[in-house]
Order: sequence, then structure tokens, then C-alpha cells
Amino acid sequence: MVEPGFSYEARGQVLVIHLPKELDHHNCRSLRYETDLLLAENYVTKIVFDFSKTVFMDSSGIGVLLNRYKQMERSGGKVSLYGAGAQILRVLAIGGVGKLVPQYDSKEAAIADAL
Amino acid sequence: MGYGVNADDSLKEEASQREDSKKEVLRMEIESRSENEEFARVAVAVFMSRMNPTMEEIDDVKTAVSEAVTNGIIHGYQGKEGIIYIEAAVEGRELSVSVRDKGVGIRDVKRAMEPMYTSDVTGERSGMGFSFMEAFMDEIEVLSEPGKGTQVIMKKQIGR
Repeated sequence: MVEPGFSYEARGQVLVIHLPKELDHHNCRSLRYETDLLLAENYVTKIVFDFSKTVFMDSSGIGVLLNRYKQMERSGGKVSLYGAGAQILRVLAIGGVGKLVPQYDSKEAAIADAL
Repeated sequence: MGYGVNADDSLKEEASQREDSKKEVLRMEIESRSENEEFARVAVAVFMSRMNPTMEEIDDVKTAVSEAVTNGIIHGYQGKEGIIYIEAAVEGRELSVSVRDKGVGIRDVKRAMEPMYTSDVTGERSGMGFSFMEAFMDEIEVLSEPGKGTQVIMKKQIGR
């Protein structure tokens, strides 16, 4: 439960955000600040969310995803995700993110789409 | 689903504390710290495992409990110290979960439950908490009174 939240990986202009095991309000708190810093300091045209380690997400995760989506949309960028399991897919669908953010099985596919 | 404006502790609590032989109950009090959100939903998930739920049913309940507890921490206690009271009960195939805080309460419950309504100004909250509770549980009732607190009571049939 004290697990640190996120790790970030830069792939050219693609920012890959590796999400924690539990994506709830507690673990989402630092994400906004950290991604805002990264987006301000780097030229990022795509954000790719990695759900492969994530087993739980609630509406806090939806808030984070929608906000990044809006941010990237404003700058003409894209957002995609990969590695989402059953619970995550259901939450994405109910949260209305399923239609906005394309979902892939692998990181390479998610990055390829974003380009 | 129902709306109410009475967070009076007495009635609901007394009713739930009358021991019913067929009813099994979990009661816990947690501090209103975000670290405890995971503990709360996992504890309820372990408690309901006696009903032989599917993985999907467990996930549904965990998500709903997470939403209710997060609301108590963020909105009920406004990030300040307080206690969240959680009670889960199994009776036959029905699981009921009550999440209660003694925080600021909600002036307009109906409005607070509207999809996408949020009092948050950072833009980081989706406003989907109550919608999620409704989507993942069969029934939800919200009782609240400004200055006294809020109680969310959710029910779900397991193993249909």
C-alpha cells in the first residue's frame, strides 16, 4: 500500500506512463503534478498509458485519463492505452473513456497507433 | 435508489445492530486518510468471499466501496481528519454495505448524484462517483444532512 505510484518512459515524443497496481484517489494524487511538469518541459505529442500492472481502477482513474485526453486534444496530440484487464475495461466503458481512448494489447501497438 | 435528508444516527444504526441469527456483519472504523481506501475495499471484498462471488462481483463491490469511501474522505471530511464507518452485511444472497461519515454533509443530494456533477475545481475529479456506485450495485440510497454527515447504503444480489 505504500507502493510508489507512477513511472515514466520517454520514447521520442511519446510519453509512456506506467500505472500502479491500484489506480485510486490515493495513488492518483501525484500524477497531475508530475505529468504537468513533464509536459511543460518536454515536447510530447502522445501519451500512452500502461495498464499491464494495474488490477484495480475507480472513477479517480477516469478523472486522470479524461484530463490527459483533454490536455492532449488541445495541443493536437493523442492518447492511447494498453494492457487493460477485465475490471479496468469495464470501468473504462462505464466511465465513457472506452470510446475516446483506443486500447491495445501491447506497448508497441499502442505507440504505433499514437504515431 | 432513493434520496433522503436525514443522517440521524439513531434509527438506521439501531436497526442494523439488532442481532439477526442469519445475518453476518462486518463493522469497521477507519481514519479518513486516502491510504485507507485500498484497505476498506479489500476488507469488504474478503468479507463477501463467504458468498462465493464471481471475480466480477468482487470487482463491482470493490469499485463501489472505493467510490463511497473516497467521497467521505474528499467531500465529507474535506481532506481533514475524521472517521469513516463501514458496515457490510450478508443476509442470504444479499450483500449490503453502508459507508458513513460525520462530515459536512450534502445540501442537495439529488444534484450531487447527477452524472458528472463535481464540486472539485482542479478538474481532476470525474464527478462519476455516484454513477459508478449505481452502475456496480443494484440499489443505492444516500442519506445526508448538512453539518451532520452522509450515509451511503448500497445493496447487491450475489450469485444470480
